Amino acid sequence: MSKKWTVLAVPVISVLLGLLAGAIIMIASGNNPAAGYMALWNGAFGDSFYTGETLRQMTPYIFAGLAVAFAFRTGLFNIGVEGQLLVGWLASVWVGVAFVDLPKVIHLPLAISAGALAGALWGFIPGFLKARLRVHEVIVTIMMNYTALHVTNHFIRNVISDGSDATDVVNETASLRSPFLENITDFSSLHNGIYLAVIAAIIMWFMLEKTTLGYELRAVGYNQHASEYAGMNVNRNIILSMVISGAFAGIGGSMQGLGTFGNMFINSGFSGIGFDGIAVALLGGNTAIGVVLAALLFGALKVGSLNMPIESGVPNELVEIVIALIIFFVASSYMITWLLSRFKKKEAK
Amino acid sequence: MDYVIEMLGIRKEFNGFVANDDITLQLAKGEIHALLGENGAGKSTLMNVLFGLYQPEAGEIRVNGQNVLITNPNKANDLGIGMVHQHFMLVDTFTVTENIVLGNEPKKFGTVNMKQAEQKVRELSEQYGLAVDPTAKIADISVGMQQRVEILKTLYRGAEILIFDEPTAVLTPQEIKELIQIMRALIKEGKSIILITHKLKEIMEVCDRVTVIRKGKGIGTVNVSETNPNHLASLMVGRDVTFTTEKADAVPEQNVLEIRGLSVNDSRGVQAVRDLDLNVRAGEIVGICGVDGNGQTELIEAITGLRKVSSGAVTLNGKNITSYKPRKVAESGVAHIPQDRHKHGLVLDYPIGVNMVLQTYYQKPFSKAGIMNYKEVYKKANTLIEEFDVRTPSETTLARALSGGNQQKAIIGREVDRDPDLLIAAQPTRGLDVGAIEFIHRRLIEQRDKGKAVLLLSFELDEIMNVSDRIAVIYEGQIVAVVDPKETTEQELGLLMAGSKKGAGERV
Ligand SMILES: Nc1ncnc2c1ncn2[C@@H]1O[C@H](COP(=O)(O)OP(=O)(O)OP(=O)(O)O)[C@@H](O)[C@H]1O
Ligand SMILES: [Mg+2]
Repeated sequence: MSKKWTVLAVPVISVLLGLLAGAIIMIASGNNPAAGYMALWNGAFGDSFYTGETLRQMTPYIFAGLAVAFAFRTGLFNIGVEGQLLVGWLASVWVGVAFVDLPKVIHLPLAISAGALAGALWGFIPGFLKARLRVHEVIVTIMMNYTALHVTNHFIRNVISDGSDATDVVNETASLRSPFLENITDFSSLHNGIYLAVIAAIIMWFMLEKTTLGYELRAVGYNQHASEYAGMNVNRNIILSMVISGAFAGIGGSMQGLGTFGNMFINSGFSGIGFDGIAVALLGGNTAIGVVLAALLFGALKVGSLNMPIESGVPNELVEIVIALIIFFVASSYMITWLLSRFKKKEAK
Repeated sequence: MDYVIEMLGIRKEFNGFVANDDITLQLAKGEIHALLGENGAGKSTLMNVLFGLYQPEAGEIRVNGQNVLITNPNKANDLGIGMVHQHFMLVDTFTVTENIVLGNEPKKFGTVNMKQAEQKVRELSEQYGLAVDPTAKIADISVGMQQRVEILKTLYRGAEILIFDEPTAVLTPQEIKELIQIMRALIKEGKSIILITHKLKEIMEVCDRVTVIRKGKGIGTVNVSETNPNHLASLMVGRDVTFTTEKADAVPEQNVLEIRGLSVNDSRGVQAVRDLDLNVRAGEIVGICGVDGNGQTELIEAITGLRKVSSGAVTLNGKNITSYKPRKVAESGVAHIPQDRHKHGLVLDYPIGVNMVLQTYYQKPFSKAGIMNYKEVYKKANTLIEEFDVRTPSETTLARALSGGNQQKAIIGREVDRDPDLLIAAQPTRGLDVGAIEFIHRRLIEQRDKGKAVLLLSFELDEIMNVSDRIAVIYEGQIVAVVDPKETTEQELGLLMAGSKKGAGERV
């Protein structure tokens, strides 16, 4: 078996095992797994509306997954995607609301850039602390998540609005909403962000695999000593990597603010998308194409699960368990590769 | 003869690349058996098969005459086979004893009984004359001591057969002498040893028999008493090898590197280089010789910009390059073959071809307008792989998968190819086979003859004496003497390195 095959086998087998375990749980709790999964499928792809919802849900997942994957490929663990996404969300909504008479070709890119910039800034801080003071990025990014949550809430309530729980809706010139996509998906909330997400995945692939910057960033991720020996600026690269990762996450927030919701509201807790992004990246093997596929799966599971109680009486929390199990199996990929190699050896004898 | 280990007709492939092809090795009880072969011949692979890390595609393994299947290292341990790897596998923050019992802890009421383990480690250490302190932290002990911990680890698990993969490559000459004593003690206690080494002198000194492999194929087994280094070398390489490198007298010209009053601190902030002066001229090779830990590493790191200079000046071709960043040093015309190839020399998870442009990746034609041109990168890589005889399945193979010696050849190719005014070579032949050493020495001399300056750092006195035009002896961070290799002896160098004639030598 070639190595490429194993790379693909681990996530696929993990997903299958996760679904299998879900089926066993359904049987154990007196449900019909076939009906449950049928309901899940129908709820995700059953008709054009559900498909649209799945793709819409997939959009921020792609960005969050790319953010985690990008950092990971350059040797950093960005747990702060959630916070970067929140500040990006707020920044783009702010720009979307504040400017009134701009043409769309300027306003929309401006609002998205604001999201990217805010996320980048939120990534810069842990990057800088790591580069200069060797503070571990995991600690700082976790902390920055809470900071983001409370800072955005404060801004919504006290700066952008007057004590209200939500911002105004962004102007049409900054909106990602697409009448065309809504029409063909039976008025789902699918918006133009999906195109941007796919483009972002291509950019991430190109940046890492084809550019000189990618060569450097990956080298630093693999071996800082050798990179320093080779004349690369290790500290600059650490910061840059966190900034780019944060920008991906920030645009993920723009997708929510300019597309899905059209505004931002007070959050009592995290949106969860940033954390799911870690799972998406892990399942996608930290590659661009893998992230897109994993985001599709996560989008489908999340959206489809809403249909499960309605159509089959299976509680939608089951999907959370399935997702958790999939992650568990990917994380224990060592075990799966080992099983595969055992299997292969038996074959050979 | 009674064999404790028989490996018969072993074949091992990596994705179609045959690393071992029908190799046979028989280890008699109580002997030290050398395994000799060029870099990449397949020695480590064969031993990894014996240790259960790889599964052979064909062949049989017998232990004490019994056919066995060794599917993993634990199985090997159970069969009494222990291995001391080329690169150690120790947990730095654990003590010696903790490392030794790891995975095999003596339990008492469910808790690890450290006292008992320590006692046993101490006993073993005394029995074989290892002088290891069971309570010391790994991070605090020398490389030589760490190796002994690896040896103890195998003994603790009851090994009767010990495999040493290039144990002497990382040791100082004194440590090598001690290791040889240890191996003799092991044999006296009834153990049997397989020793991989590139140093023919060592084989002649301690081994009973040698099995030679070439390019993955077994060439045969000979008795050490019936052979000599020249014969072994030609068996292994397949042609005659010269041991002393022929070279014309140097015609040194102007100073390329000038170091004046250089002081440098080590990582702990202790002064490692003090007020050091040194010149290297165009067209000469200056060898730095000294006992490890006398400031050699810090000196080189300071020249190449990897370490801060506390005072003094480094000039290259009359230009002050003190405290330049590594990239500017490189661009000024300095190339550096680093001492630790895994830490500094290579990004092990990059393909070997991509490693060939580690310092030049941002320049044309490898990069244009921020976009890499990997076609050009691999083209360059292929010429270097060809020219420097780097044995690798392909240019896209990860650097990690290359044999140690071939990794080294790749680095040397990359550095020499940059055609620097000053070439710094730190232990350039560590872990290389005799053929490759000869090749590298010729390349260094070729650089010299092209009018380049070469600074050679080596712990091998042979190498220093053979290749250098001048020898600078370093002791406690200072150059204490500069001698002519033609007029000195190993004895004199040894004394100078020990600091006995400190201050007596001329200043450079
Ligand atoms: N995991 C692997 N995947 C692919 N090729 C490998 C792998 N391990 C070793 N090889 C290849 O097999 C050959 C033999 O390697 P091996 O490490 O056994 O050489 P060696 O004789 O120990 O050399 P050295 O003296 O340089 O350590 C090399 O060409 C190497 O590139
Ligand atoms: Mg080897």
